[in-house]
Amino acid sequence: MQFPAWSESQALEVISRICDEPGPVLVTLQAVQTFFGYVPDAAVALIANACNVSRADVHGVLTFYHDLRTELPPEVSIHLCVAEACQSMGSREVMENSRKAFATNSSVEIRDAYCLGNCALAPAASVNGNLRGRVSAQSLVAEVAKVAMR
Amino acid sequence: MTIVYVPGDSAARSVGSDAVADSIALEALTRGLDIQIIRNGSRGALWLETLVEVLTDSGRIAYGPVSSSDVTSLFDANFMNGGPHALFQGVTDEIDWLAKQDRITFKRVGIIDPLSILDYEAHGGLVGLRTAIGMTADEIVEQVTQSGLRGRGGAGFPAGIKWRTVLNTSAEKKYICCNADEGDSGTFADRMVMEGDPFMLLEGMTIAGIAVGAVEGVIYIRSEYPDAIAVMNKAIAIASKFGWLGKNVLGSSHEFTIRIRTGGGSYVCGEETAMLESIEGKRGVVRSKPPLPAIEGLFGKPTVINNVLTLATIPAVLADGADAYKARGVGRSVGTQVFQLGGNIARGGIVELAFGITLNALINNFGDGTFTGSPVRAVQIGGPLGAYLPLSSSDISMDYESLLSAGGMLGHGGIVVFDESVDMAIQAKFAMEFCAFESCGKCTPCRLGSTRGAETITKIIDGVDVEGNKRLLLDLCEVMTDGSLCAMGGLTPLPVKSAMLHFPEDFDSRNGGVR
Repeated sequence: MQFPAWSESQALEVISRICDEPGPVLVTLQAVQTFFGYVPDAAVALIANACNVSRADVHGVLTFYHDLRTELPPEVSIHLCVAEACQSMGSREVMENSRKAFATNSSVEIRDAYCLGNCALAPAASVNGNLRGRVSAQSLVAEVAKVAMR
Repeated sequence: MTIVYVPGDSAARSVGSDAVADSIALEALTRGLDIQIIRNGSRGALWLETLVEVLTDSGRIAYGPVSSSDVTSLFDANFMNGGPHALFQGVTDEIDWLAKQDRITFKRVGIIDPLSILDYEAHGGLVGLRTAIGMTADEIVEQVTQSGLRGRGGAGFPAGIKWRTVLNTSAEKKYICCNADEGDSGTFADRMVMEGDPFMLLEGMTIAGIAVGAVEGVIYIRSEYPDAIAVMNKAIAIASKFGWLGKNVLGSSHEFTIRIRTGGGSYVCGEETAMLESIEGKRGVVRSKPPLPAIEGLFGKPTVINNVLTLATIPAVLADGADAYKARGVGRSVGTQVFQLGGNIARGGIVELAFGITLNALINNFGDGTFTGSPVRAVQIGGPLGAYLPLSSSDISMDYESLLSAGGMLGHGGIVVFDESVDMAIQAKFAMEFCAFESCGKCTPCRLGSTRGAETITKIIDGVDVEGNKRLLLDLCEVMTDGSLCAMGGLTPLPVKSAMLHFPEDFDSRNGGVR
């Protein structure tokens, strides 16, 4: 996925659009991540200032939620479900094989997901946010090739 | 013009329904045929996805599971007039799997165009809200209480009692919070309602608002459900434009608005007080109760918190009356339960039925056994915090009380099936690891006990002082159960202990960790 490079002025614009919401810290962090792909260190002080909370408060929220990330994601993010329903259909093996398949590909990351809501078509994965069912390491390789074509 | 239905539900999309829809559109164009494709929700027979339906003189005819490579042959077989084909399933409503269900909450899901208010109304939508507008707040709460509807998120707390508490608490502001943080593995019913019949949820929340005197609603949807978030946002915009949400609900003096908050990928935020913290933008740390959220909830104000399925069932309760709902079920488990068959199962999906069907009937009659074809060894009911049960318990009646006395819990109705290849010690270890990963950290038994638990199970698997470590593990489970505020630490011992109880052979000494 492509994201604009960090810019303080653009960040302030994103933040100012949402920081008046009630309980603004999480939604503001989410908005920054949606725009830039991640939450850079530099954003923490800006958000704290705009939301009128301490930097510690922002840091606390930023580090609590698994979705929020402090580094730019690679081109392809695969979230492979490793929860029970997918385990019953061999997701542990799919994970192992997928890690091997993408071991040398730095443009792909594989992250654990705990349920994507596709439990009747397990194993499930999401590739850059697109849900896939009945996946295997091979099908994920094919999926990533499609993303690269776009 | 022929109407063709191709589900836009994300489970159907996950197995290629977008490509099927594109191929059908292209093929029709090439052949000069006039069709309209409607992206409906899923009928819930997920094993048949992509389930393509065609509206004919004899009703909606189904073909499935269709992949885009089947499309040309479907046209060749004259599927637009219900022609015979290897994937022909007959009239959709007569497919045995669907015909044997008793759908209330899922009545419209997969049938209507999810974002058409006209379609929604034509299939009974807004009748409940119009009925509620003509009633006093007290009468609405009484109807909900009388219906016996219980919270469908897992706890099974009577909805009417919760609403009554909020109604009777005076405050300058109150909230309706819909918990759509459906994080339990094996559950997907909330997602399918939001994607397949979003107006039903908005209607239920609006009724709740009128009933307790709240003018603001929040839906907290997990980030893993991007399609549901998109559909709900569109539905809110449409309902606002239609004059249903806003200053004057359907022209009445009632005001109600709804906004969406997206989760942050944290399982524990499905716990109601952690969810409130998260909506307030904070870390999702569980609150102590009391005070109950019904008295001091979101931003300290009285708040109704209900699960998607609970709120989505409210319109039917108001439209058809409390008695119609109460007439179904067994004992104190009245009405229907939306069972979700998942995991290693041949025919997975949504099975909505009155409480009281047996586990065996669900797994074998509806589910048709395992996907792999080998025998069922274990079933986990009620998500990652639910018990693992052996097939010998398959005669238990699926209702709150029977499951409780069988040492399990119904939870949100998710049923995950495992075949013979499952190693129950590994599953028990995973339960602890999951708790360690998702614990909010407030209670020590949950935060630390889960890590120690995973280590202890590893020792058992590795054959280190097996009997001593089993005793230690059970002791740890007791501390976690008694010493944790919420179900995360409190119920993690349930899958662990039930695995040890029903599958003791998997916890015996092993040769180098191999069973």
